[in-house]
Amino acid sequence: MSNEQELRVSKITQGTVIDHVTGGQALNVLAILGIDGSGGEEVSIGMNVPSERLGRKDVVKVEGRELSQDEVDVLSLIAPAATINIVRDYDVVEKHRVERPGEVMSVLRCPNRNCITSKDEPVDSRFAVLEEGVRCAYCDTIIRESIADHIHVG
Amino acid sequence: MPQDHIISAKHLSRAGIESVLDRAAEIAADPDAVADRHAGKLLGMLFFEPSTRTKMSFSAAMKRLGGDIVDMGPVDQSSVKKGESLADTVRVVEGYADALVMRHPLEGSAKMASEFVDVPLINAGDGAGQHPTQTLLDLYTIREAAGFSNLTVGIMGDLKYGRTVHSLAHALTTVGAQQQFVSPESLKLPRGVRYDLHEAGASMREHTDLEEVLGGLDVLYVTRIQAERFPDEDEYRKVAGEYQIDAETLSAAKDDLVVMHPLPRVDEIAPDVDETEHARYFQQAHNGVPVRMALLDIILEGNL
Repeated sequence: MSNEQELRVSKITQGTVIDHVTGGQALNVLAILGIDGSGGEEVSIGMNVPSERLGRKDVVKVEGRELSQDEVDVLSLIAPAATINIVRDYDVVEKHRVERPGEVMSVLRCPNRNCITSKDEPVDSRFAVLEEGVRCAYCDTIIRESIADHIHVG
Repeated sequence: MPQDHIISAKHLSRAGIESVLDRAAEIAADPDAVADRHAGKLLGMLFFEPSTRTKMSFSAAMKRLGGDIVDMGPVDQSSVKKGESLADTVRVVEGYADALVMRHPLEGSAKMASEFVDVPLINAGDGAGQHPTQTLLDLYTIREAAGFSNLTVGIMGDLKYGRTVHSLAHALTTVGAQQQFVSPESLKLPRGVRYDLHEAGASMREHTDLEEVLGGLDVLYVTRIQAERFPDEDEYRKVAGEYQIDAETLSAAKDDLVVMHPLPRVDEIAPDVDETEHARYFQQAHNGVPVRMALLDIILEGNL
């Protein structure tokens, strides 16, 4: 990372750095992770930062919270190139890529207004992850384009 | 979750299908042999939208097995009217019955309901989703009339919203039939169904004109195109008119072509077809009873 970029997004002492997020998706990353600031997390975001690999990328730093593989794999839907860095005492102690999970729960809202998950029932949305896109486990609706538009956490 | 729910035709195996159809044939040949088989057993009926054939044939099937039904009755006279969730309704009703049959206007409703109950739940139609027991009686009719080997089936009409079509397409793929889908461009198979058929290696093609395929069909399965799927009445009449058949249309078909329809029909099959050797839709509807008897027998015995 260049000095210029480090200025934009400060180092953290302990927590998680999500790097190589598809440009413009940082806020969706936070939405998926359920981080909206109300929990007191210290969060820094860099958006559309120049990147050799991606052209433009977003960077999200969450202080004081180490994200599990399960938590971050869901990010692969909107940021397939994302890398996860776990930081302790300013050092990166773990670094890995997001992997596509078999299914994602309670993250996306089914776009089919006639799907049982869109009604007032005690059921979480569940989507199988396909090679291209995702599919509602209840009504079989497939979403291929603009998956981020269907994010609905909580 | 017990594995004996019947939610979608895509979960039916070839062996599972054949065993239901074989059992149905046995029952049809000698219905008296099973007349008391499930005496004392109760089938819970939850029909959240109207049904004639499915509901009556399930009732007849259960009673002909010596059992009885408990019926939620119309939605507007039930606790659903008071705002009860589907999850709560099925959890209550499972305490009253040995198995449940449910029809509901929302896609995925049967799958969700099955996650809340321990008794077997049979999907009798979930919105535009699936209708697997209709498929079993369709397959029974097809197997009797044409067999499953070297079988080519044309499916015509509303392929997008027609749940009987979605279920049938999955099952015909499982039994290895060739499928020719005929519909207006706006009512082609939904993405989810097409994805499954491709994944399962289906032999299928899509067309907008019946003429292209009629001569090669062993079975023509016609479904209703509904007016509410179109922006206006004129557009509906124009499109629907292209997907109607009469005795004259069928002169280009094989002599032993079998014409089926899940019913009710409106005007997609002209009455003059009824008098031809091709018509099989009333027999198809009658087959609902032995096939549902077979399915209930297998489920109540825990042999699915």
